[in-house]
Amino acid sequence: MAVLTEEQSILRDAAKSWVADHAPVAALRRLRDAGGWRAGFDPATWRDMAAMGWAGVIVPEAYGGSDFGHQSLALVLEETGRTLTASPLHSTALVVASALILGGTAAQKHAWLPSIAAGDITAALAVDEAAHHAPETIALSAEKSGSGYVLNGKKRFIPDASSADLIVVAARTHAKPGQTEGITLFLVERGTAGLATLPLHTIDTRGAADLTFGNVAVSADAVLGEPGQGWAILEPVLDRASAGLAAEMLGTASQAFDITLDYLKTRTQFGQSIGAFQALQHRAAKMFTELELTRSAVEASLEAIDAGADDIAALASLAKAKANDTLHLVSNEMVQMHGGIGMTDAHDAGLYLKRARVAEALYGSTSYHRDRYARLGGY
Amino acid sequence: MTLDAFRAETRAWLAENCPASMRTPLAEDEIAWGGRRAVWKNPDTKLWLDRMAARGWTAPTWPTAYGGGGLTAEQAGILAQELKNIGARPPLFSFGVWMLGPVLLEYATEAQKQEHLPRIAAGQIRWCQGYSEPGAGSDLASLQTKCEDRGDHFLINGQKIWTSYADQADWIFCLVRTDATRKHEGISFVLFDMTTPGVETRPIQLISGNSPFCETFFTDAKVPKSNLVGKLNGGWEIAKRLLQYERQNISADGFGGVGGSSGVELEDVALAHVGAVQGRIADPDLRARIAAHRMDARAFALTVRRIAAEAKTGRGPGPAASILKYAAANLNQSRHELMLEAMGTDGLGWEGDGFAPPALRETRAWLRSKGNSIEGGTSEINLNVVAKRVLGLLDHQ
Repeated sequence: MAVLTEEQSILRDAAKSWVADHAPVAALRRLRDAGGWRAGFDPATWRDMAAMGWAGVIVPEAYGGSDFGHQSLALVLEETGRTLTASPLHSTALVVASALILGGTAAQKHAWLPSIAAGDITAALAVDEAAHHAPETIALSAEKSGSGYVLNGKKRFIPDASSADLIVVAARTHAKPGQTEGITLFLVERGTAGLATLPLHTIDTRGAADLTFGNVAVSADAVLGEPGQGWAILEPVLDRASAGLAAEMLGTASQAFDITLDYLKTRTQFGQSIGAFQALQHRAAKMFTELELTRSAVEASLEAIDAGADDIAALASLAKAKANDTLHLVSNEMVQMHGGIGMTDAHDAGLYLKRARVAEALYGSTSYHRDRYARLGGY
Repeated sequence: MTLDAFRAETRAWLAENCPASMRTPLAEDEIAWGGRRAVWKNPDTKLWLDRMAARGWTAPTWPTAYGGGGLTAEQAGILAQELKNIGARPPLFSFGVWMLGPVLLEYATEAQKQEHLPRIAAGQIRWCQGYSEPGAGSDLASLQTKCEDRGDHFLINGQKIWTSYADQADWIFCLVRTDATRKHEGISFVLFDMTTPGVETRPIQLISGNSPFCETFFTDAKVPKSNLVGKLNGGWEIAKRLLQYERQNISADGFGGVGGSSGVELEDVALAHVGAVQGRIADPDLRARIAAHRMDARAFALTVRRIAAEAKTGRGPGPAASILKYAAANLNQSRHELMLEAMGTDGLGWEGDGFAPPALRETRAWLRSKGNSIEGGTSEINLNVVAKRVLGLLDHQ
């Protein structure tokens, strides 16, 4: 565990006790059973979270936030990750807030950051268009039209997009898919003519959506950053998204492990706790090892972001890849070590497994980040 | 002195005093082990040792009264960084500094500290570790080397095995059985001179062709009773504490190889032997596995750093410390396997002109690395320790 400031300790403790009281895993189960996949979260829960200031943790004070940094926001994400809390916190308060902070004009920041920090709106970043994360391959087109642009194309499986009020969409104004130049970011509001949203009923009940842009007209001041230079904003935003999601996944994996360890101590067979069997002890110790290594990578990536270090990209890829692999391992072992009960819908293991696979895919699988890490290393 | 001033002064002193040849990659035959029988192939090695020892910087955090540097943990960290920055070789490799010294500081009498610590710090006495026996490997506490009280001396009979560099050591710290009726509570921790009559060593040749370990035999070896450290039959606690230092030390530098600290990067070897396509290792499968290894090595290094940061808060090492030796062994072995694979047939030579010397060294190092998950506690024992002491799982009934 990182060495925390007093404010950070208070924040983490507040998050820990809030999720225990208001957002246990049972809350996700209720949301699922009530058909909550369309919105992907309970608005009352989100209001609660915003009331505690969590939507404004990385937002500058001038725009209504607390400017506590990514390490602090990650403490909340880790705790909500523990109980699989369904909320747009990551997409809104981290990803889109980062895009505005890094790339927004003063007017754009004034227009959106205070509402984000207050929890009045939710937002989503729309990048990928196919089944695998590949931000350089953006093809959705943005053609100049008068003083503005017209957007045409599709976005696939965009997290938290089904009910987002604001979409930051990555489009191509020139060059070819596969090239990082020619990408432009646009701010598109919900309800804009030509924007169609298809909510997806996903395994994790978390409100992802497909977006179709059919002649969506936006004005020039909808451009975030410089036209054609969107990659300069998008890449650091994706690093922040990866690091923050990795923190949430670390929480998910830690809790899945804790639940499993508790089961190893309480389930008895052959007259003793199954945790007394060395075959299971060693697997538990290996999971613990991976969790500790992952924690170091996640915390280092967040620290680098807050410090503006020059190796954010490599550390963010490291954090996401380690979180992917560790959550994958622990979610599988959670089912296996629980035996038959782990296969039942009544048990939480399945909920952890389903969220794990979605989180692993979002913002890049392990093979994506491994390839990127090697590229950054010059091999 | 402020830390900044300490850093400036340290940097200046190192610039002045670290010989140029001590800033080049370390060759196996120039490692400074010290001791009575040290051979100084490169005279700078001895000069560097003596200069560092004079400042107490071979044991930076030990008290100056015992030949240490009297540095705080922060200052020692700065010294380590500054040494790394100039690529300085370690002035001394020493089981005395790494393992024995810390437990002497904790358990030894004042006279024992005065006798041994300054000689360790100066590199004058080289130590070996008498722990494992043919019948006591992972189950170390079942050791049988007998130590009898003969009034004015102890009489020691028995055999140790896997004694690192026993044939070159001057003294041994040794676990002996002083009570045959109790297991853990019948073990004592004694020190004695390897020139004591009745002490014999026999090197063991490993699969790597080298012989870093020995069998060590004791036949009616007479040892002064004043050489007992701690209480009679109280040696197991000291033995375990020393093992903690040993595992910490093994893992802190990841067997010297993790993260490419040997100076040879896996990806460079792969690029050279496999070739490149658009600047990337031509074999995509090997490239992915090298990247995965490098990422794990980075996560390991970040964990070492995190543990150090957490330790400074004064709450002691967190549970993460318990995984280091296991993780370091895995990483070093996977690094060597990947290195061998990347070299292809160039890495399959034993000796001779048909193979480049660096490749031959890598091949021997690969073979040697197989011991990483055995020595200093097997990986299985390390996993047992984590399962039981950290995770609170019970013993099988």
